[in-house]
Amino acid sequence: MPTPRKRVRVRQVLAGACAVPLALSACGGGSDAPAGGSSGGAAVTALRVLDYYANEPDNTVVQQTVEACGTQIGVKIEREAVPGDKLIAKVLQQSSSKTLPDVLMLDNPDLQQIAASGALAPLDDFGLKADGYQQGVVDASTYEGKLYGLQPVTNTIALIYNKDILAEAGVSVPTTWEELEAASKQLTKGDRYGVAFSAINTFEGTWQFLPFMWSNGGEEKDIATQQTADALQLWVDLVKDGSASKSVVTWSQADVNDQFKAGKAAMMVNGPWQFPVLDSVAGLNYDVVPIPVPKAGMTSVAPLGGETWTVPQTGDKARQAAAAKVVACLNSDANQLALAKARQTVPTKTSLLAEFVAQNPKMKGFTDAVQTARSRTGQLGPDWPKAATKIYTAMQAAMTSGEAPLSALQQAQAG
Amino acid sequence: MNALETPVGGRTAPAHRPPLRTGRRAQHLGRVLFVAPAALYMLAFYGYPLVKNLVMGFQEYTTRTFFTGEAPWVGLANYEQVMGSPIFGKSLVNTLLFTAGSILGQFTIGLALAVFFRRTFPGAGMLRSLLLLPWLIPLIVSGAVWKWILDQDNGALNRVLRATPLTDARPGWLTSTTLALAAVVMVNIWIGIPFNATILYGGLQDIPDELYEAAALDGATGWRAFRHITWPLLRPVVNVVLVLGVVYTLKVLDIILGLTKGGPANATQTLATQAYQLSFVEFDFGQGAATGNLLIVVSLLFALLYLRLSRQRAEG
Repeated sequence: MPTPRKRVRVRQVLAGACAVPLALSACGGGSDAPAGGSSGGAAVTALRVLDYYANEPDNTVVQQTVEACGTQIGVKIEREAVPGDKLIAKVLQQSSSKTLPDVLMLDNPDLQQIAASGALAPLDDFGLKADGYQQGVVDASTYEGKLYGLQPVTNTIALIYNKDILAEAGVSVPTTWEELEAASKQLTKGDRYGVAFSAINTFEGTWQFLPFMWSNGGEEKDIATQQTADALQLWVDLVKDGSASKSVVTWSQADVNDQFKAGKAAMMVNGPWQFPVLDSVAGLNYDVVPIPVPKAGMTSVAPLGGETWTVPQTGDKARQAAAAKVVACLNSDANQLALAKARQTVPTKTSLLAEFVAQNPKMKGFTDAVQTARSRTGQLGPDWPKAATKIYTAMQAAMTSGEAPLSALQQAQAG
Repeated sequence: MNALETPVGGRTAPAHRPPLRTGRRAQHLGRVLFVAPAALYMLAFYGYPLVKNLVMGFQEYTTRTFFTGEAPWVGLANYEQVMGSPIFGKSLVNTLLFTAGSILGQFTIGLALAVFFRRTFPGAGMLRSLLLLPWLIPLIVSGAVWKWILDQDNGALNRVLRATPLTDARPGWLTSTTLALAAVVMVNIWIGIPFNATILYGGLQDIPDELYEAAALDGATGWRAFRHITWPLLRPVVNVVLVLGVVYTLKVLDIILGLTKGGPANATQTLATQAYQLSFVEFDFGQGAATGNLLIVVSLLFALLYLRLSRQRAEG
């Protein structure tokens, strides 16, 4: 799944929100553990699990993996999957009514915000460590020096290109910004654009812009820098010279994929969760490379996606300990490899990567990109959403109203 | 009656009192009981959320609050933040433009259609029911379909425009900061026409035909009949339609989120979308509530203005 939340179904979210104050009042006050906590008492027989893998094939894959872990530990698993855009509303509701699940999955950039609210238990308490994990993944699951989640698999975005179109036009795969601009221009023909990306005014647009910003040395704590402005200039130029559609400012990543799938874009910035859709198109030959870097020899720095598994503060030590075992089981070497293969993602333990790529050659481009990738919340923690909003605000100002990138970024940073 | 005559509150009614008093008290209780369900309903589902929202506007209400139950009082800080942000002025202007534009379009076209359908002609009934179509489609679906229609490269509207000899350009309905608000207003007008046309048509049905016949004898037909008969007699219905229209339009959220999400570059950001963004995207429920409260104040100002106007008219 892409990390930015799925298209928001307004009514559902509002309905959920209306329920929130009511639930709050019903349980006002009591912030302590619920009574009847069986710490050291009765044996744990069942655990409640909450995640947002509501769509197939992820739903079945995760269900089977979690159930197998339950069997291994000797508990029954009661799993609930909600749509991606409803998870946080659900978690907030549950934390106010003290009905948090025993095992909770969170989108990785949300972890620090939820950990900051006090709803999660540090995994160090249960002896879980993230040794040997990709550093960015660990950063995302860490808040104030403590580990709150373990993430079995990750993903990121890269450049996906149509092999046939590039071969036909005699264009080689771009690796630098200069090559990207030239290739995009050359590949633009008729109603086909050279490249497509999502510059939408949501966190999804920010997520797509990050590899350009980070690879050029831009930083989220201060976006009003020349490095970030140059990255933004690249996007502005791609649209200005017609190599990318003006509609990029309204496209979600799914829209971008639709354009690529229909042959209306020769290359796109997107993630591996689009593979099932792309594979269903007959005669579409594509491949994946890391996103081009500003100059030859520089490193492509992409953002890390994927979900992390946590143990909420339910107040019941025995259940929490069992829940931690489930989290550990989901992160075993075997499960990391199996989940990565089944869900087009990349294992987070770096020692598994060579074996993984050997078994899944199609994932090589993304696996390469993940090695140097960063987490979105590594620098700003719970303040990330504010910065992410500033980034897409500046991005849209520069791309639609002709504002100079640097001054658009300065205004957004100040606002 | 026996049950109702049982004394209330543990006090024993003196035996010599005339039965009338007890009956009156019972009657009073009966009245209270009749009102109670409605009153409780209003308090629980309208009063409580409203008060809660007002209070939240003065609190630091974040994700943390849900777990700890603590929402520190911050006075006017949320309002300062919200009103000091560069988007606020733009959102306010957009809200007013969006509302004014939508109402103007919906009302004029709705009224024209209502007057048109007052005549009977073959197929009028069917055409009139077709008019309700936008009302029958879920807003999320309308939003998605209009997004396709208005797409710059492959949208139906631009294809039609190119097929005409008028223009070769492909306007960026949803991608240009100058056109986006107009495009969103246009879609909202389309959605609002059925409501306006239906209510106004109902109002027209109540105007007796004799008036038009009498006026026709005096030589007043067409525009003059509309000006001197239809408009004055339709006035009360017009007022209702306009007030409801403004209140509905001020808070429009789904259609804007569906089409532009407030973009591009905040060109279609309104107070409603801003409140939504703050509460449900950035999880700053305090600031979101503050923005929502400002929206309520704007609605309230309009309602007061309307009351004042109608009172003046009644007095004059």
